[in-house]
Amino acid sequence: MAAPRPYTLVAELTYKCPLKCLYCSNPLNYHEMRGELSTEEWCRAFTDAAKLGVVQLHLTGGEPVVRKDLPDLIRHARSCELYTNLITGGTLLDEEKLLLYKECGLDHVQLSIQDTDRRTAELIAGIRSYDKKLDIARLIKKVGFPLTLNVCLHRLNIDHVPALIAQAADLGAQRLELANTAYYGWALENRSALMPTRAQFEHLEPLVKEARARYEGTMEIISTKVDYYSDYPKPCMGGWGKTYMVIVPTGEVLPCHAAQVIPGLHFDTVRNLPLTNIWEHSQGLNAFRGYDWMQEPCRSCPMKTTDFGGCRCQAYLLAKDAAATDPVCSLSPQHGIIREAIAEAEQGNGSLIYRDRKNSERLSARSQEPVPR
Amino acid sequence: MAQISEHQMAELSDDASASWRPRLSPKARLRWDEVEKRFMLVFPEAALMLNETAPEILKLCDGEHTIEGIVDDLAGRFVGIDREAIKEDVTGFLTRIKRRGLLEG
Repeated sequence: MAAPRPYTLVAELTYKCPLKCLYCSNPLNYHEMRGELSTEEWCRAFTDAAKLGVVQLHLTGGEPVVRKDLPDLIRHARSCELYTNLITGGTLLDEEKLLLYKECGLDHVQLSIQDTDRRTAELIAGIRSYDKKLDIARLIKKVGFPLTLNVCLHRLNIDHVPALIAQAADLGAQRLELANTAYYGWALENRSALMPTRAQFEHLEPLVKEARARYEGTMEIISTKVDYYSDYPKPCMGGWGKTYMVIVPTGEVLPCHAAQVIPGLHFDTVRNLPLTNIWEHSQGLNAFRGYDWMQEPCRSCPMKTTDFGGCRCQAYLLAKDAAATDPVCSLSPQHGIIREAIAEAEQGNGSLIYRDRKNSERLSARSQEPVPR
Repeated sequence: MAQISEHQMAELSDDASASWRPRLSPKARLRWDEVEKRFMLVFPEAALMLNETAPEILKLCDGEHTIEGIVDDLAGRFVGIDREAIKEDVTGFLTRIKRRGLLEG
């Protein structure tokens, strides 16, 4: 069976980043991943991605602006007709860079915002960044880019959603993503500090619904759920190796940001093989395509074509089995893991582990076995 | 295309919108898709696969044509199709993409 047609390439250009956000989805052992792809290697990947049918390119990381060849990458992506989106923390940007990227054909910029409150925002990001981000948001608009603001929501900022919406509207964002933190990478390490209570999460829905109606046609508001509080799992990435591909800084092609945590999977790198070949034949990408790999209850479940049994990475991280039903599903025999995690979160304790080199080294030295949570 | 509701018709048929000259937002790009051999509209985090008439409608969303102007142009080119049906198609499509913030003007 031919591989599905992908629509989106998430290009993690680097893991270097000046921010240390608590919720970062980069791997815990990011410091071990040396040897970023060259300009030529990325350009070849973009050409091949376009051949496969990809139409959306997200330039991200780490902080993609760190790459000095970013203008060349944008130019090449544009020549492949890819719609290019720069996903940035903004702190390394200035007007000159933005004008250059525009000239090269960048279509869109997505800027991360940690909170409307300066103290909390900088507590989350781990560095002074609040004022710079607001300046950059204004510059992004001044230079003429469509602007999406992305806010990762968690216990520390979820009560500020009305202010976040107002701020986004004020800044002229045409899109606001209220992305409830998903628990992978650094976010998982910080889960007991970050997970909102069920009450906090449920308070969100009517707020967002009202705001959506109010801003319809001017600002699109997207929100994603805390899947721990749902009865059924999210259709992760729209299916494994289906519509999304992620390429990490060293060139491995993954179905999502987190897949390298799953043992026993081999992901080829575009450094060694063409992307067109990898998308079709990679053992890692094929491991969970289709439905044959499923266990019960997923195997006979009528929802399997809707949610694909949830998230493989989450099944591995929480239930130690990547082929198991995602424990967030109320039908999972291991759903108790989620109930315990929620109870733990309700207590609200938890030290903050910042995404930096020192912590990356420390966490990598720890046992590779995931601790049952 | 789906039938549009009464509410949607009202939205586009008041006096103000008779003079509306829609323009495709610069954040959206109309491009040919070689894989499915049809046009698509690409914009942040999404893409819309288009049928035969939608790209024709979008090409006329240049800030110069009114809705009636767009309908007239298409009715002239797609001979044998009822003008009212074309008008419903046009208003339905434009209402949907206007809701998603893809039209200016």
